[in-house]
Amino acid sequence: MASWLSGEWPWYVAGPIIGLFVPALLVAGNKVFGISGNLSHLCAAIAPGKLEYFRYDWRRAGLWNLVFLAGVFIGGFLAAHTGTPHAIAISFETKATLAKLGIHDFSGVAPREIFTWHALLTLKGFVSVVVGGFLVGFGTAYAAGCTSGHAISGLANFQLPSLIAVVGFFAGGLAATYFILPFVIGAP
Amino acid sequence: MTEQTLSRFQGCGEESEDSRPTPLAFLPVYLLLGTAFGFVLVRSEVLSWFRIQEMFRFQSFRMYGIIGSAVVTAAISLLILKRLKIGALTGEEISIPPKAMGSGIRYLLGGTIFGIGWALTGACPGPLVALIGNGVTVMIAALAGALAGTWVYGRLRPRLPH
Repeated sequence: MASWLSGEWPWYVAGPIIGLFVPALLVAGNKVFGISGNLSHLCAAIAPGKLEYFRYDWRRAGLWNLVFLAGVFIGGFLAAHTGTPHAIAISFETKATLAKLGIHDFSGVAPREIFTWHALLTLKGFVSVVVGGFLVGFGTAYAAGCTSGHAISGLANFQLPSLIAVVGFFAGGLAATYFILPFVIGAP
Repeated sequence: MTEQTLSRFQGCGEESEDSRPTPLAFLPVYLLLGTAFGFVLVRSEVLSWFRIQEMFRFQSFRMYGIIGSAVVTAAISLLILKRLKIGALTGEEISIPPKAMGSGIRYLLGGTIFGIGWALTGACPGPLVALIGNGVTVMIAALAGALAGTWVYGRLRPRLPH
């Protein structure tokens, strides 16, 4: 197996490749790169209720993106089965900080103390996974975009709303990292 | 902002009413591109909770290098597409609908709420799905939470500032 297929990519390889998805989708079919719209499309498809927000033709608006998202799942699967499992090589400082907070298993892509079905029934697992997921869904719908739609597509196109959203992403992320996570990780 | 302009403004860069149907023959192209994207999310490790923590604690340049070089690459690509007047394979002229500014508060508030979720789960929407494929199947519960969050936004939207 070629090493580029299995190992960790340096940032200067990974970043430009991610950026190329913007022109690739535009050239393929005049589509704007952005993942979180799919959450709305899925709501519109599964449970639109009587809500104005979900009453649109999701097939017409988002079938291409849902297919793209199905690909993301397949890509994650293929990557898991073509590489050698290895710990994420985070910095020594991060490891030390997290160890102090109570994270000791650094072997996976996410800490196994929190991100397993078993841990889902604990407070830290439930808050990290379900509450965190809820905020991701609510926040991206409210902000009309996520990391791909705002931080990459929007910033690359010099859109002020996207810059404001990205400032929010980091304000929220920093607040959660320093003020909420210590309590969540420390919880039983 | 009027209710009408708001309703034309769906999700991540998606203009629902404005979008033209996608020729079915092109769907495999999106599946292939999505597969490549999912693969990249894993190999770049941006779907890792550990990498997100490292980023929010400013303890590595890596994530900033990835996001920064992705934006620069995308921006240069857009300039080239515009300059050379390259069209889409479907024959359309390429256009990116601008995001409606409104008061801007939705971007700040929504962005902050998403940021909290990003730090908690260690994943934004793309990585959530890639993680499920990658074997962290508990993220199915996070995805269910995200769908619930989006639905609740749809329910509360008339009462939220935009």
